[in-house]
This record gives sequence, structure tokens and C-alpha cells, in this order.
Amino acid sequence: MTSAILVANHLIKTYTQRTGKFGFGSTLVKALDDVSISLTAGKTLAVVGESGSGKSTLARCLLQLQPLDSGEVLFAGQDLAKLEAAALRLARKNLQMIFQDPFASLNPRMRVGEIVGEGLLIHSLGTSVEQQRKVVAMLKRVGLSEADMQKYPHEFSGGQRQRVGIARALVLQPKVVVCDEPVSALDVSIQAQILLLLKELQAEMALSYLFISHDLRVVRHIADDIVVMHQGKVVEQGSVVDIYQQPQHEYTRNLLAAIPGKKAVNA
Amino acid sequence: MSSTEINQASPLLQVQQLSIAPKKTPTRLLVNQVSFSIARGKTTCVVGESGSGKSLTALSIMGLLSKQLVLSAGKVLFNDGLSGEQDLTQLAAEDLRKIRGAKIAMIFQEPMTSLNPVLTVGYQIGESLTTHLGLRGEQLAAKIASLLDMVGIPASRANSYPDELSGGQRQRVMIAMSIACEPLLLIADEPTTALDVTVQAQILKLLDELKTRMNMGMLFITHDFGVVADIADDVVVMFRGEIVESGTKQQVLNHPQHPYTKALLACVPDVEGKNALKPIDYAWLPENQRSQSQANIMSEARL
Repeated sequence: MTSAILVANHLIKTYTQRTGKFGFGSTLVKALDDVSISLTAGKTLAVVGESGSGKSTLARCLLQLQPLDSGEVLFAGQDLAKLEAAALRLARKNLQMIFQDPFASLNPRMRVGEIVGEGLLIHSLGTSVEQQRKVVAMLKRVGLSEADMQKYPHEFSGGQRQRVGIARALVLQPKVVVCDEPVSALDVSIQAQILLLLKELQAEMALSYLFISHDLRVVRHIADDIVVMHQGKVVEQGSVVDIYQQPQHEYTRNLLAAIPGKKAVNA
Repeated sequence: MSSTEINQASPLLQVQQLSIAPKKTPTRLLVNQVSFSIARGKTTCVVGESGSGKSLTALSIMGLLSKQLVLSAGKVLFNDGLSGEQDLTQLAAEDLRKIRGAKIAMIFQEPMTSLNPVLTVGYQIGESLTTHLGLRGEQLAAKIASLLDMVGIPASRANSYPDELSGGQRQRVMIAMSIACEPLLLIADEPTTALDVTVQAQILKLLDELKTRMNMGMLFITHDFGVVADIADDVVVMFRGEIVESGTKQQVLNHPQHPYTKALLACVPDVEGKNALKPIDYAWLPENQRSQSQANIMSEARL
């Protein structure tokens, strides 16, 4: 446990949902129900589950993009949930996120150079010349070119946009990156490219990934450990090999059985 | 009797040498001489990356192409077993309207954007029943209830609005709408791409059952080979507007001939994690075509 870089203990988050006629009634939905996870430094922890299982809420709560009801998120000895805004902003330099939808997560009115460089600007890292240099280097690393800095997001394909999103997250040299379904909006052919890029960058920059996905085929290839969520609860966790070979929980078995293409493999 | 026998002999749908181009640049073919056929009770999967022209092909069968695009060549022969072969591309709008929804139906990719948010799902399912079959009143309500039941939604949900249903339920409503008039051909354009794996498995099973029960032909568009393995009888692989390979599922998945099919199959992550991930390989293309920007193809195709 000494090498854990990000630890979450007993996270609880509830949403109020309006119900009944005109929304006069209300019910509480437990999006996170006593969730505890721990991310090992330099490894990839996958969070899997269907939509509504609370995996995206978990991601957002870890990065304090949404307030928690209770629980603690420990990063580098600090409880992120209790930090002041300014201190939190400093900590966020090390905690970045790659979003699911490469079409919605890039500001259409900003040039790619500005999008990728914004983090450097906010954290005032280096002079503008240095910032510029870092942006170019990062774009090249993710497979784009210097000329792409002047372009707007709509000029790129889905895969290229996701590369921009990766560059934006990694230009600050974070320690932890939360990837919220980074490849589920992409074609299979592009998926593999992006996954390989993420793996290479992880080795190069000693990143720890929290990888959220509902595609168990993808998870098998990228993750070291896995957490299975169902209705806000962690139903099973362990190493990828163990869980794929000997799923203990009924829900995990259902998820594994639902992977398309099994028929052909067995036939 | 003899004429129907002849009609039964030719397949349900034959797409012959179909080409589609933007009106402004008629020489740039987005779909180039595509031909395939679908038999009754069989599923043909069209596989390809975005921008390969698979959705355009499907839309052109239904005569739903955008006005900026033009069908520059080809025939779409539809054989309903009664009135002989009809070329759908030559039909007048009014005749086509009688076929759409009644004999050929379509399921769209995103259930959220393709349902009308201000109408109940029951109304939306019933619309084509009233138009094509003239059902009204209690008869209509009973038919809607049985359709909802068939796709696994409680009949009492007929008065719900789309936003009150989950993604999987919405897609089931879309399926109920499309099979309402018992069409001969069902076109499904990535019907499960936006759904969870568990829901996807349910929907695929449902479609497969309905196809068998109603003896429908199905044109299934997807980019997921896992789905192809589960549902297809025949497979057509498209790349940049052209068919590069077609054949039965066993032929295409187990013995792919074309280098593109091989490359595409190789980049599907396997469940066991035995094979290393591979990015798509364009080494088989001539050098000058490899870097053709996908973004350009894509934005053109979405016109």
C-alpha cells in the first residue's frame, strides 16, 4: 500500500431526483455508496460498469469537479476534499483528465495551441516562449504537427481531437490522469492507436491512470487492476487476470458474458 | 402463382453499382460502385470506419440522402414478393413513402436524437400503424401494447415520453417503431453503438429473434467486429467508399483475403488479452494515398 498514489476512502455522493407530478416528490439516488479505491503509482486502474453505475461520478468526485457528501480523497498526503480553492488549483496540476467526447470537450473557438497551452498559462509555468515550446513538443509527441497549433478543433477527425485532449492533459506533466471512456467514441481502428499512445506515454512519463470504460475488451489490454461498479457500489476488485479468469460476483460474470463476439470465439 | 415463384427466387434487396457524390463535385465519389444483396431472413453486416460510406449506402436505399448529395449511378432493386422487382431509386416520392416504414424500416444510431421528445412513445410507435395500416382506437392501442411487450417494455409505458426511458429502453422503442408494420427489410445503422455492453447484448439478441420470427432481411451497419461475429450471416467490408471484401461471416472473419480486412480485424482488442494491440496498418495502400486526411473524408460524408 506504500506505493499508492491516489487513495479514496468511503466516498459517498447522493443526488436528489425529482419525481411524481410536477416534480413535487423527490428521491435520493446514491451515485457513490461507500466507495473505496486505491491507485498504485505507475499503474492503470480500470473502473468498469454500465451507465448509471457511478463510474463517471467517481472520476469527477476524485478530481473534486463535484463536491462529495462525505469521504476522503488522499493525494500526496493531502485530503483533496478539504482543500481551499487556491490549494486545490495547485494540486490539480498533478491531476488531469481526458474526457470521453472529443467533439464536446474542446472549445470550438480556441485554437489547438491555446487549448493545449492553457494549463501552462493558468499555472504560470515558464515564459511564453517556453510554454510555446512545450506545447509544440507535446503535440508532436501525440502525433500532431506544429502547424496544427493554428487550427481549430473542427478541422480534426475524432481520433486527432482525442490526441489534442491527451496533449492538453499531459502538457502539465501530471502524476495522475483520469481517463473517462477515452476511446469509446472512436472507431476500432483509431481505438488501438490511442490506447497504444496512452500506454507509451504512461511508460515515458511515469503516469498513473484511472481508466473508466464499459468495454471489457479495451480494459483487458490497458489495465493492471480493475474495479467493478454496480449501482454506486464496488462489487468486485482485483487484478485484471484474476477477475477475467475467475469472476466472483454475479454482475461481473454478466458483464463478461455480454462482450460481443464471444459466440464466434466459442463456436 | 408462377410469377410469385419467380419473384421469390430473386433476393429481397439487390444494390447494384451504387455510386454517390456531392452535387457540387460530381466526380468525387463518396460511395463508389457498391453492389451487394440481402436475402429474406438473413443479416448482412456492413463494416467500415467512419467516412467509409456505410451510412450513405443505407440512407440511399431508403431514399433519404441529403439534397446536397446525388445518386450518380446504380440501382436499388427491392423485391417484396408481390409486385415484382422495383428500382427504389426511380420511384416517385409518393410511392416510396408507401414502402418506407411499411416494407423497409430503419433503426437509427442515437435513440435520443431520433425520437421526438414532445410526443409519447406510444404515439410514435402508432404513427406508422395509422398511416400504413389504418389502425385506430382500441385496435391501435392493443397493437402498440403488443409491440412494446415484444421488445420487452411494460405496455403501461406507452404514455411515457422518451426522456423518461433509459438509453436501452429508447432503443427498444425505436425497434418497436421499426417493426410495427412487419417490414420485409430492416436497416439498422449502428443501433447499439451508443449502448452499454450488457444492453447491447440484449438488443442484439432481440433483433436476432425478431429477424427469425418475422423472416426479415436485415442490413446491419457497425464498426465492431464483435457485433458482426454475433449477428451476421454475410459481411461486406467498406473502405473509403468502396467494397473491399464481401462474403459469408466465416469467410470474412476467419479467412480474410483483403489486407484492409486483415488490418481492421487485427486492431480489435481480444477478450483474452493474448494478442498485443496493433494500430491499423495502411502499409498495403500505395504510398501517396496513405495520409489522405480522414477528417476531410468525414466532414464531406456528413454533409
